[in-house]
Amino acid sequence: MLNYTLRRLLMVIPTLLILVIFAFYLMRLAPGGPFTSERPLPPAVMANVLERYGMDEPLYVQLWTYIKNIICCFDFGPSFAQKDRTVNDVIAQGFPVTLTYGFWSAVFVLALGVPLGIIAALRHNGFWDYTMTGLAIFSQIFPNFVLAPLLVLLFTLSWGLLPGGGWNGGQWQYIVMPAIALGTSYMASVARLTRGSMLEVLGSPYIRTARAKGLPERTIILRHALKPALLPTLTYMGPVFVYMITGSVFVDVFFSTGGIGQDFIDGAYSRDYSILLGLAILYAVLTFALTLAVDLLYAWIDPKVRAGLS
Amino acid sequence: MLSVENLHIRFRTGDGLVHAVNDVSFSVDAGSRLAVVGESGSGKSQIALAIMGLLAKNAEVEGRIMWDGQDLLATSNREMNRIRAREIGIIFQDPMSSLNPYMTIERQLTEIVEHHEGMSRRAARARALEVMDAVRIPDAKARLRAYPHEFSGGMRQRIVIAMALMCQPKLILADEPTTALDVTVQAQIMQLLQDVQSDLGTSVVLITHDLGVVAGFCEDVLVLYGGRVMETAKTMALFDQPGHPYTRGLLRAVPNIEDPSDALTAIPGSPPNQHRFPVACPFAPRCADVVDTCRETLPQLRDGRACLRPIEELT
Repeated sequence: MLNYTLRRLLMVIPTLLILVIFAFYLMRLAPGGPFTSERPLPPAVMANVLERYGMDEPLYVQLWTYIKNIICCFDFGPSFAQKDRTVNDVIAQGFPVTLTYGFWSAVFVLALGVPLGIIAALRHNGFWDYTMTGLAIFSQIFPNFVLAPLLVLLFTLSWGLLPGGGWNGGQWQYIVMPAIALGTSYMASVARLTRGSMLEVLGSPYIRTARAKGLPERTIILRHALKPALLPTLTYMGPVFVYMITGSVFVDVFFSTGGIGQDFIDGAYSRDYSILLGLAILYAVLTFALTLAVDLLYAWIDPKVRAGLS
Repeated sequence: MLSVENLHIRFRTGDGLVHAVNDVSFSVDAGSRLAVVGESGSGKSQIALAIMGLLAKNAEVEGRIMWDGQDLLATSNREMNRIRAREIGIIFQDPMSSLNPYMTIERQLTEIVEHHEGMSRRAARARALEVMDAVRIPDAKARLRAYPHEFSGGMRQRIVIAMALMCQPKLILADEPTTALDVTVQAQIMQLLQDVQSDLGTSVVLITHDLGVVAGFCEDVLVLYGGRVMETAKTMALFDQPGHPYTRGLLRAVPNIEDPSDALTAIPGSPPNQHRFPVACPFAPRCADVVDTCRETLPQLRDGRACLRPIEELT
């Protein structure tokens, strides 16, 4: 298992390298650059600026410098568009924000979605099943740009319970609505996924065996059915979790949280190559980490997978 | 000890009712071995599930299943949980799918006695080892922590049998215990069942389609066709002089080891459509000895056979 983990971690290095090279060249295919604007800079100024950022060198030299700086000093370079800020600064400021509300959003998704799915499966074709399924479909078709204003309308404007935006160092009042707005549709998916797999597991021969043992229903669900029923949800949650902790542009903008979702879009508009590249690497590393975590959890749940790993 | 009286099982399906078991009665005495024989779809497995109270949700049941003076069909699920495994154990057909792939063998064995007999984990483990030895799983101690996929099919079926034995029930329902196994392993498993049965004095209802398996093991046989009892007899008597054309067909379909040139005889036709409750002999369309009355009257079980024709007239 340790061997497997190490192998997977080693794989990250070449994959990241390929990703960086591709992203580096692809970005520059987009017309314009960080310093082009409607009123072009005088050529002398432009040359100065380009030299200041090392962009007067050939592309492969720039790429080499970029990679070298990351490896030697963990330096992702200066932002091209935001003066006096480095990519490290931008990520250090924005990522904790999205990580915080993204994490709580994932907690909300699992803490609500999984139990709802299980209850719906246990009351198959009953009142609760239809209620849950209806609710799940309803919230799945509810896009967050409709849900977020609705939340603000109720919790801020009508009831005055929660602040309508801002971050304020991540106090819980500021986290609730972003987390719900971000998570609701995923919560619905998780509920439906859990319901479906739970129904399948409950119909399997080994659950019939457990029933024939005369065990109470609660033991059958918790001890025999829950683990296998959670496997599809686990697979689903890996990439979704990455998406959540890297933030949604809409949530960042709407709630003015100052997360990196906004930085990514700003970076794309202003051709801020270094920000885009830095964030792409961050997403990639998180995706690797979460996929590995999901695979290890899989191995923990499923002994057959575990046997395959060692 | 167990007596099934006029049992009917119907399933509500998208295509209407399916009459899986029609008016089946039999009883099992303490320490005895009964075989329930029939081809697939004859309703034999459903009888076992009905006894355990584990029928699918779309099933309708009628009749009585008396167990120590208690009608199991009228017993709540909660009370059934006290009878399941503790008084009546069941061995399912496919050991590949009837063990939980996500739990160790140890846990799947120990949870039974921990729950029913309030045993500690230690005592339960000791019991599990004892029972694994009894079903002759080699090196039981080392294998307790293993998962089902680490065992062969025959070993898994031994584990399934061990599960049924954990609480030493008074009755074991063995639902095609050897069907999913290799022929060589089949013989071992049947031998094992026989040994366990005689050691513990447990009653066994063996559900099978294989008359060969029945011959060496059971004292009594119940032959089912289309969810109805065709014939019931002592095993020896049944093999000597089968009283029903269907039983005769089944026996002719068993290969004769002394005469390999002897061609196998199949019973022509296919199992009956069970969407209607039978009004005539369900076997009539495939019967070699059919007469007109067979297609109009439903034969009742008399002297152990449900056939309108006298036994001397059968081919």
